[in-house]
Amino acid sequence: MNPDASTIAAGAPIEVDLTPIADGQDIKVFWRGKPIYIMHRTKKQIEEAQKVPLGDLKDPATDQSRVKEGHDQWLVVIGICTHLGCIPIAHEGNYDGFFCPCHGSQYDSSGRIRQGPAPANLAVPPYAFLSDSKIQIG
Amino acid sequence: MSGPSDYQPSHPALQWFERRLPILGLMHSSFVAYPTPRNLNYWWTFGAILSFMLGIQILTGVILAMHYTPNSDLAFKSVELIVRDVNYGWLLRNMHAVGASMFFFAVYVHMFRGLYYGSYKEPREVLWILGVIIYLLMMATGFMGYVLPWGQMSFWGATVITNLFSAIPYVGDSIVTLLWGGYSVGNPTLNRFFSLHYLLPFLIAGVVVLHVWALHVAGQNNPDGLDIKTDKDSVPFTPHATIKDMFGVSLFLLLYAWFIFYMPNYLGDADNYIVANPAQTPAHIVPEWYYLPFYAILRSIPNKLAGVVAMFSAIIVLVFLPWLDSAKTRSCKYRPLAKQFFWMFVVVCILLGYLGSKPPEGIYVIAGRILTICYFAYFLVVLPLLSRIETPRAVPNSIADAVLAKSGKVAAVIVAMIVAGGLLLGSAGDARAEEAAAPPSLKWSFSGPFGTYDRGSLQRGLKVYKEVCANCHSLNYIAFRNIADRGGPGYSEAQAAGLASEYKVKDGPNDQGEMFERPGRPADYFPAPFANEQLARAANGGALPPDLSLITKARSYERGFPWFVFDVFTQYQEQGPDYVAAILQGFEDKPPAGVTIPSGSYYNKYFPGHAIKMPKPLSDGQVTFDDGAPATVTQYAKDVTTFLMWAAEPHMEERKKLGAIVFFVLLILAGMVYFTKKKVWSDAH
Repeated sequence: MNPDASTIAAGAPIEVDLTPIADGQDIKVFWRGKPIYIMHRTKKQIEEAQKVPLGDLKDPATDQSRVKEGHDQWLVVIGICTHLGCIPIAHEGNYDGFFCPCHGSQYDSSGRIRQGPAPANLAVPPYAFLSDSKIQIG
Repeated sequence: MSGPSDYQPSHPALQWFERRLPILGLMHSSFVAYPTPRNLNYWWTFGAILSFMLGIQILTGVILAMHYTPNSDLAFKSVELIVRDVNYGWLLRNMHAVGASMFFFAVYVHMFRGLYYGSYKEPREVLWILGVIIYLLMMATGFMGYVLPWGQMSFWGATVITNLFSAIPYVGDSIVTLLWGGYSVGNPTLNRFFSLHYLLPFLIAGVVVLHVWALHVAGQNNPDGLDIKTDKDSVPFTPHATIKDMFGVSLFLLLYAWFIFYMPNYLGDADNYIVANPAQTPAHIVPEWYYLPFYAILRSIPNKLAGVVAMFSAIIVLVFLPWLDSAKTRSCKYRPLAKQFFWMFVVVCILLGYLGSKPPEGIYVIAGRILTICYFAYFLVVLPLLSRIETPRAVPNSIADAVLAKSGKVAAVIVAMIVAGGLLLGSAGDARAEEAAAPPSLKWSFSGPFGTYDRGSLQRGLKVYKEVCANCHSLNYIAFRNIADRGGPGYSEAQAAGLASEYKVKDGPNDQGEMFERPGRPADYFPAPFANEQLARAANGGALPPDLSLITKARSYERGFPWFVFDVFTQYQEQGPDYVAAILQGFEDKPPAGVTIPSGSYYNKYFPGHAIKMPKPLSDGQVTFDDGAPATVTQYAKDVTTFLMWAAEPHMEERKKLGAIVFFVLLILAGMVYFTKKKVWSDAH
């Protein structure tokens, strides 16, 4: 009952062009049926994410570990709440990040869980920068 | 089903058969000669009611499956086509959907009855555990069935529930992938759920056979919790129990028919009339009402794994009930303390159900935690403790003695508890102030048990849709032929063909392989104003104008306590039309002080969040009516809402008309069965 060959084939890597996403905006793309948020973070968001002491986090991870080196402004996360799988809303909640409407989990501008029942940070999908303005997810 | 039968059929052919397969003897000893305690009350008829409901669900389900398409692109549409086009499809669908709720209602009564009268105690432990297995199978079946219409709640309910398994350490994610058959809930998930939803009811039927078998080995429990000792204690199953069960079933049918014919959508969720959208989570995900207490337990625990464990434990704890409660006296009738705690437990379950339907914020979370503790305390602390410290009242010597000394105290306790529960519910309801203005309740010609559509209003509404709404909104499920349908706007077939020919419909490819346009035919559907979703969004500032075929059923607002209780009796179900009419009239040029509306949006008093992308669609004098009805926004709103209500519920008049006949027949049936029952039982009381 595991995924069949066509489902796996349809889950091949995709390329996303980042040029249309302005500072402070985000887009949602689908990969393997999962929504992926690509957020162009503002200076304020980056600073907030980097300043948080690890001791304050439920699932400790540095902001550096969640973005690619030299591309601090781009946050790429799977937009599925780690609680029960709803889609959090971007740019909502108290932490300049994401807010899940189902059970009230809040994530910060690095996609890390800050408040609510979710046990873990928003997952970072496998991706790589092909150039400064293009990424490949998968 | 126990012991050798001395049954001999009278007909020689049957005797021949009986010597080769003694099935008639089995039926005779199980359902005819079987001794049943003579003191059973009506709570005991729920066993028969449940068997009946299982039969109805399987029967309607098999027929529905003949018309249903388990594909994520087609499932939602196929359900709509069942309701609209299949002969009596609306009836089948309502029977099946309402039937699920009724099935659970009956099973809860049945379980609470077992709890109150100690039906799980020695020697009925296996009988009870089989019942818990049936209940678990029912929950799985009900959940997967709710996924099949592939609406928003179906999809997101499936997402949330399958994700419960991801809480299992190490193997959780692999299990979830296995359930999905993909990387998220999608077409493979729908297909396997359909397959399992078809399979599980037959498993249930199999376990029910075991359940009944175990029952007939151990013998029925009864309100006094006594064993049958002499012949005076029992009556034969047929005719006594048979006719009493039939009376119970016919009363239950009245309740069932009330929902099927008059309130088919009351027990459902408006969001499930919106097709599943993996990109958008509804603001407030709630499971069906029968799962709410467990959902409340899940949410009240702040840790994911612990929450899931608690939720499943809440059901599994029932398996151990026969050993947790070791009191020798079975029935709570003779256990003064256990009786009070039982009713408190009932109130706890109802309140948990209420909390499960509320957003997990503030006071609701705290109340949920307290009640979760109460729930488990009843099984793990109260019952074990009571069985050690409680002194039960004297139990009569035999069932015959108990029948002679009757008391009516239980009813008083029930009433007191319901009142107390209601008050508690009321205070909980007040805990949170409503922020959005509730749409005013309008008077609709189609409300109430005898409501019909106002033909003039339908025709005017169609005109408003054609001239105004149709510029942006599609009406995908309505074909031109529908306007000539009985119970609709009352046009002739020629008029429907005329309307169709005004439209250009894309067809093809022709022999040259090209697409071409031709005049519409009655069988064509109203063409959508935009070719695809992206185009519609681009033309409307990023917002998608929703399809209007189901809008009056897909929109609703919270009625709140106690209104949602009264609504069951008044048959009020016009939240959708009230909301749609209010939105059309709720535009204000200047938002009130303190409210800022982003550019490209408009202020609407009744829209959640108040910023709506649709500009004010109607203004006075915009559409001219031929029948002299006033050309005002109020009139337009009312007419177009009536039209859209018909579009969403085209068989409403037929449904209510058939409902009246069914009620008449059922009342006569119940009356006849009641008097027969009285006659049969006259010697037993």
